[in-house]
Amino acid sequence: MKEYFGNIYTALTTIFIGMKITFKHLFTPAVTIQYPEVKPQLPERERNRLYVNMDDCIGCDQCSRACPVSCIEIETTKSLPGEDLGKTSNGKKKALWVTNFTIDFAKCCYCQLCVFPCPTECIYMTDVYEFSEWERDKLVYDFATLTPEERQEKRDNLAKFNAEKEAEKLKAASAPKPEIKKDQPEDK
Amino acid sequence: MFDFFYNLTGSEIISGLIITLFPLTFILLYVIFAVYLERKVSGHMQDRLGPMRVGYHGTLQLFADMLKLIQKEDIVARDNDKLLFNLAPIIVFIGSFAAMAAIPLSSFLIGTNIDLGIIYIVAITGLGVVGILMAGWASNNKYSLLGSMRSVAQIISYEIPTLLVILSIIMITGTMNLGTLSEMQTGYIWNWMIFGGPGTDITKFLFIPFMIIAFLVIYISTLAEVNRTPFDIPEAESELVSGYHTEYAGMKFAMFFLSEYANMFIVSAIVVALFFGGYQSPVGYFGNLINVPWLIPIEQFLWFAFKGLFFVFVQIWLRWTLPRLRVDQLMTVSWKYLIPIAFVNLLIIGLITLL
Repeated sequence: MKEYFGNIYTALTTIFIGMKITFKHLFTPAVTIQYPEVKPQLPERERNRLYVNMDDCIGCDQCSRACPVSCIEIETTKSLPGEDLGKTSNGKKKALWVTNFTIDFAKCCYCQLCVFPCPTECIYMTDVYEFSEWERDKLVYDFATLTPEERQEKRDNLAKFNAEKEAEKLKAASAPKPEIKKDQPEDK
Repeated sequence: MFDFFYNLTGSEIISGLIITLFPLTFILLYVIFAVYLERKVSGHMQDRLGPMRVGYHGTLQLFADMLKLIQKEDIVARDNDKLLFNLAPIIVFIGSFAAMAAIPLSSFLIGTNIDLGIIYIVAITGLGVVGILMAGWASNNKYSLLGSMRSVAQIISYEIPTLLVILSIIMITGTMNLGTLSEMQTGYIWNWMIFGGPGTDITKFLFIPFMIIAFLVIYISTLAEVNRTPFDIPEAESELVSGYHTEYAGMKFAMFFLSEYANMFIVSAIVVALFFGGYQSPVGYFGNLINVPWLIPIEQFLWFAFKGLFFVFVQIWLRWTLPRLRVDQLMTVSWKYLIPIAFVNLLIIGLITLL
């Protein structure tokens, strides 16, 4: 009998205690962030979309080699002797035309491994994370600043330069050179 | 109300149609508000915001949901019992809609002021049980059947404490007519049945503690009758998918949903009519003050809607407070606690009325 009334008492009191708690929560401010209107404060070292500052890029290919998923593709073309490509912001001399620099963000795993090897700190993480696309091809970002015509021009220039050099070499080689034989190991 | 429209139009059919439209519009408007209230209250009680996208603070959310439900395919599976399956939501809705007929929304807005009012409501809401059992059986799905069987067992056992409490009220007032019952509690807040009813003699004060017990019993048992948490084992999501409406889609599901919310209001309305003065204002009428008699029914309606919605709010509040009961606990609460308490309460109230 005592237990019976005890049960009723516990049931009623605990229900009212619970109701008090939920009523308090009715007026506590919600923790929801209304996402597209209000953006959450991201941590300082967040890892999102990469950005490449092409003014500083020397085309050293180190980021591409560091990438575990091979999403960075770099093609460089040697500059001709007379051309001046300028300097990077930390004083390195640029020697290569970057004719192609694409990052495939469909493959990118946001590991940030490409950021550390960069000698000029030109590849880094930004705070942009809203870049979804309907087509996968659109996720391949081209960072090279040269126009396609310019790129072709640089390639052609180098090819022409190399061809001229080769021609010169051939011309030089076609002339009789007795010294060559001297270098070769003699039969004994 | 029927007489009023009969005198106005002179046709029984037209006046009948008009008075049936009133509760229908009321139910639809109420459901729109109640669903929004439910979602907002549950959101804020869990420190969320609830719907925020459709309209200002999600006010048009229900219209978007309705649009979605209307264009959904009406699926009837091959092994369903077609006739019962299609009939069940209609019967469930009829059960809750017919109950609206005897609820006095104000002194003017009462469909039929029949003398058996309160018993009629209890009886007609019992029709919902048939519909639920039909839905579970016709679905040909073991979880649906389990859900509806639980629901039937639950509703039948909880009707007993409900009726016992109603009986004690009938013993005091001597009437089953909800209109008369509401009229008795006129005046001010201390004339409500929860405060012992009208009059100033000693019995009024003796009633008060037993009235509070009666109120708690009827509130708990009606909560169980409408299958709300903590008594929602018929549609326990984690055990039975969603009970008897698992197999329903589109508008048929919407009808179950509609009658569920309508039932919530009906049981609140019973509690309000029996204990909290029905449509009577606790502080007197503005219409009396400025001598505009036609304003009084409107005020009464607003008071009734306010009181009813308050108890609907308490139901929502309880939903986010209490966990679901087990089946045996559910039966224990009804048969070992509520029924004996209601019986003893009935006896004591009977003895006091003899004084």
